[in-house]
Amino acid sequence: MQINSSLHLAEALWDPTVLKSGATRQGFGKALVEAAKRDERIVGLCADLTESTQMHLFAEAFPERFAQVGVAEQNLVTVASGMAAAGKIPFCSSYAAFSPGRNWEQIRTTICYNDRNVKMVGSHAGLSVGPDGATHQALEDIAITRVLPNMYVIVPADVEQAYAATLAIAQDTHPTYLRLAREKSPIFTTSETPFEIGKAQVLVEGTDVTLIGAGPMLYEGLRAAYLLGGKISVEVINLHTIKPFDVETVVASARKTGAVVTLEEHQINGGIGGAVAEVLAEHAPTKIHRIGMRDCFGESGKAAELWKHFGLTAESIAQEMSVLQFADDNDSKHST
Amino acid sequence: MITDRKELALIANTIRQDLLRALNTAGSGHSGGPLGMADIFTVLYFQAMKHDPQNTDWDERDRLVLSNGHICPVLYATMAHAGYFSVDELMTLRQLGSRIQGHPHRSALPGLETTSGPLGSGLSQGSGMAWAAKLDGKKHTVFVLTSDGEHQEGNHWEAVMFAAKYKLDNLIQIMDRNFIQIEGNTEEVMPLDPIKEKYEAFNWHVIEVNGHHYEEIISAITEAKAVKGKPVLINALTTPGKGVSFMEGDYKWHGKPPSAEELEKALAELQQVRTQIEQDQYDY
Ligand SMILES: Cc1ncc(C[n+]2csc(CCOP(=O)(O)OP(=O)(O)O)c2C)c(N)n1
Ligand SMILES: [Mg+2]
Repeated sequence: MQINSSLHLAEALWDPTVLKSGATRQGFGKALVEAAKRDERIVGLCADLTESTQMHLFAEAFPERFAQVGVAEQNLVTVASGMAAAGKIPFCSSYAAFSPGRNWEQIRTTICYNDRNVKMVGSHAGLSVGPDGATHQALEDIAITRVLPNMYVIVPADVEQAYAATLAIAQDTHPTYLRLAREKSPIFTTSETPFEIGKAQVLVEGTDVTLIGAGPMLYEGLRAAYLLGGKISVEVINLHTIKPFDVETVVASARKTGAVVTLEEHQINGGIGGAVAEVLAEHAPTKIHRIGMRDCFGESGKAAELWKHFGLTAESIAQEMSVLQFADDNDSKHST
Repeated sequence: MITDRKELALIANTIRQDLLRALNTAGSGHSGGPLGMADIFTVLYFQAMKHDPQNTDWDERDRLVLSNGHICPVLYATMAHAGYFSVDELMTLRQLGSRIQGHPHRSALPGLETTSGPLGSGLSQGSGMAWAAKLDGKKHTVFVLTSDGEHQEGNHWEAVMFAAKYKLDNLIQIMDRNFIQIEGNTEEVMPLDPIKEKYEAFNWHVIEVNGHHYEEIISAITEAKAVKGKPVLINALTTPGKGVSFMEGDYKWHGKPPSAEELEKALAELQQVRTQIEQDQYDY
């Protein structure tokens, strides 16, 4: 396996039992305090989920810069828009199912169309919120945010990357959606791993197929690549920024391998699979297989059980990819 | 129809015990709100509502919309004891493949009128049902159960206006006024008072009750049904965690299940109350 050394990934990359674990929301919570120390324009707003979204760390450190709006997600983002108009940099957090789930039009008009520098943080995204069930499992949030003009969409792969991403978006001026997870997952990046908004990361180089994913589920993809090691050479890309989309990196890899698989804890329609398909159809038509939620809702269950149930663990992904037999099929490779 | 308060109290006691068992088995879920609403759910399903567990599509049934879906353990435990499904099935709460989803899902379980969990949209749905019933000349009542925390949602107040405009006197909202939400006391998180005056200003008829007093709940529903030309709010003052001393009034129990030890302590307390009820020594 050709690990990309310039990314300084964790040493025991293939062993989830050795890797430390953390939840991406925790990386956000810690980084927001740090960002707020560096920039006094940063303010925090939350809708009765301060601790769940880990904004309590900021609220405790900067009580005078924190507003509790109550259970009111539409108010959350519109107040934030007003604060941005007055020169503040608002971070507003809730569960992804409710923000941007409930308040989408307010985000569209008052933040994106107005081009206000508001950071929307949606935690507990994906199936892995678990037993709360389908109402709380945001599986459409990437789709509804990435279609908005001016909006950036960031999905950090682990707690370390969530920390880096939070610091980066705090310094950027675009309206941004930051998608976070509730559950802990293996930490495979390190504090040395660079993070640049809009720059996808080739984690592992390969020649047969490109696997593109983002968020904590990406580690399952990495493990799948490892499991397939001998049979299929998989190039793994961390598309931590869904928008602006890194056309160059994705197209170059697709041209090299000639086949692409996408992986996400989200609907395959409109999500990472959708975004990759759009870009490749235009720039380098390539065979694509999308792994994720297939136009269906989730249900209650433990996070790990649900990933297994919906075929989203390393073992299922490897199995699904091995059946595709990309290794033997070089016809669709493009010359670069 | 059960009107005897001793009988109702015994049912509510069983519901409290079983919902705590289910929460403990699930390992996640909400304890405070469900315990606080057990008496009202008991009255609704065993005294006030027209319904048939064997015929969940019965057109003349009263409709119950649970807007604050996270308190579903009390809905499920009540439904189990009313005969919708077994108490064994209740214990599958929140497990993969179960009909007893973490938040109520209409198409998973017959007897549920709607899916809920995301707060603030139940009153609108109930208003739609009530208006449609009026258009069709139907006589059933639509009960919408709401929480105080979800009164912070704009969607809720949009429905408050709608229901008054269309004079939905076949709609009864029962609000769980327990003064808690996830992060503390509602009046600190985002003040809601004065509830009564707000609703009256919005042209609703308001009745205030002690949400643990069976006669008060029953007569409030009777009064509500007699009101003409206005929707009715029954503002039910409840104690979150009711019946379990270490949960009562504490917002930290909003979204936690009891551990094994806590369950044992809670059940012991509830069992003690049960004995008092049985021996006519309970102070209602
Ligand atoms: C639209 C929406 N936003 C946020 C939440 C998360 N949430 C679940 S319960 C709750 C607190 C609501 O207060 P209340 O219903 O009064 O709680 P209880 O009295 O049952 O403790 C919140 C914010 C949600 N379910 N829906
Ligand atoms: Mg409450």
